[in-house]
Amino acid sequence: MSDTIILEVARFNPEDGGEPSYQSFEVPLRPDWMVLDGLNHIKDQLDGSLAFRWSCRMGICGSCGMMVNGVPTLTCETLLMNYAPGPVRVAPLDHFPVVKDLVVDLDDFLAKLQKVRPWVVRKDDFKPAREFMQSPAQLEAFHQFSLCINCTLCYAACPVSGLDPDFIGPAAIALAHRYNLDSRDQGIEDRLDIVSQHEGIWDCTVVGECSVVCPKHVDPSLAIQQFKLTATKEWFKSFLLPRGKH
Amino acid sequence: MPQYTQYQPKEHRPKMSAYWYLDNWHYLRYALRESSSFFVAYFCVLTLVQLAALGTNATRYARFEAFMAHPAMIIVNAIALAFFLLHAITWFNLVPRVMMRQILARPTPDIISSAPNYLVWFGATIILALFITGVL
Repeated sequence: MSDTIILEVARFNPEDGGEPSYQSFEVPLRPDWMVLDGLNHIKDQLDGSLAFRWSCRMGICGSCGMMVNGVPTLTCETLLMNYAPGPVRVAPLDHFPVVKDLVVDLDDFLAKLQKVRPWVVRKDDFKPAREFMQSPAQLEAFHQFSLCINCTLCYAACPVSGLDPDFIGPAAIALAHRYNLDSRDQGIEDRLDIVSQHEGIWDCTVVGECSVVCPKHVDPSLAIQQFKLTATKEWFKSFLLPRGKH
Repeated sequence: MPQYTQYQPKEHRPKMSAYWYLDNWHYLRYALRESSSFFVAYFCVLTLVQLAALGTNATRYARFEAFMAHPAMIIVNAIALAFFLLHAITWFNLVPRVMMRQILARPTPDIISSAPNYLVWFGATIILALFITGVL
């Protein structure tokens, strides 16, 4: 087997007004190298102008998500060897505006995330004198959804996100659902108002790819379908008991 | 010295291809599942036409049967049946995504949620088969 591999890397320079193109680089093929190591080799040894995001190198920060051979992938936990003999095509995440090379603009995602209020909302003046106790069952209810690292691979995998830029999207809805399921939270009505819109849960057509590509094994598709059920139940309750407290 | 600007407004905004569903097998499977609804509607209309023919007179029903026995219609119905099965199976398999897990408020094996649908389907098929073959 060759001791090198070709990386075809998407290049885009906003200052030259050109269209994105691919540039090939030959990088060492080492058994312990991830795709990110190959990109760092290019940056350090071959072309310092290559732009891409990365930070923790251990699948925690969610910065280094890219399309690797057309699949949304965390490049820090994907072995280059998996793609031997190559070539490996590395591109920015689908469905996001590209700022430069492999860097995408996450402003829209972050605005959507903030909109769904992904934090514990209290409607009373409850100030616990000590920590808020939760049973293992209460923790289990939302635990898997709390593992989301906002890497946005699910947005790149979701064709609805690409077709409808207003779609709130898998990660934001999964995190909204995570707080809805939290026994300490009282913000479900606020989130339902935001997420039960057409651009929210009802835009999802259950493609299911968001759950397939998630590197932390969160199941955003499940969260969205459960959110749909909750929204439907709340709607029926308000329809049958319009003056009742829900 | 290079000239830097604080903000780069010239982002590249890629557009999705009109044929995005051909990008990978998962998308194609999804597109096939969604388009299978057309064939479900086709069978519904076909059943209505059949009932209308049955309710009119024997001649018209014989004409309907002759039309359905045409090789072209057999091919069309075979394709429609394949999509109908795809529709039923994929949607039955999606049931665990919501119903049972939500009702029991804890993860349950997928098969527990899907099985009742398959059992009802299987039972209805047996009853219809017995009815068509004259056993019932």
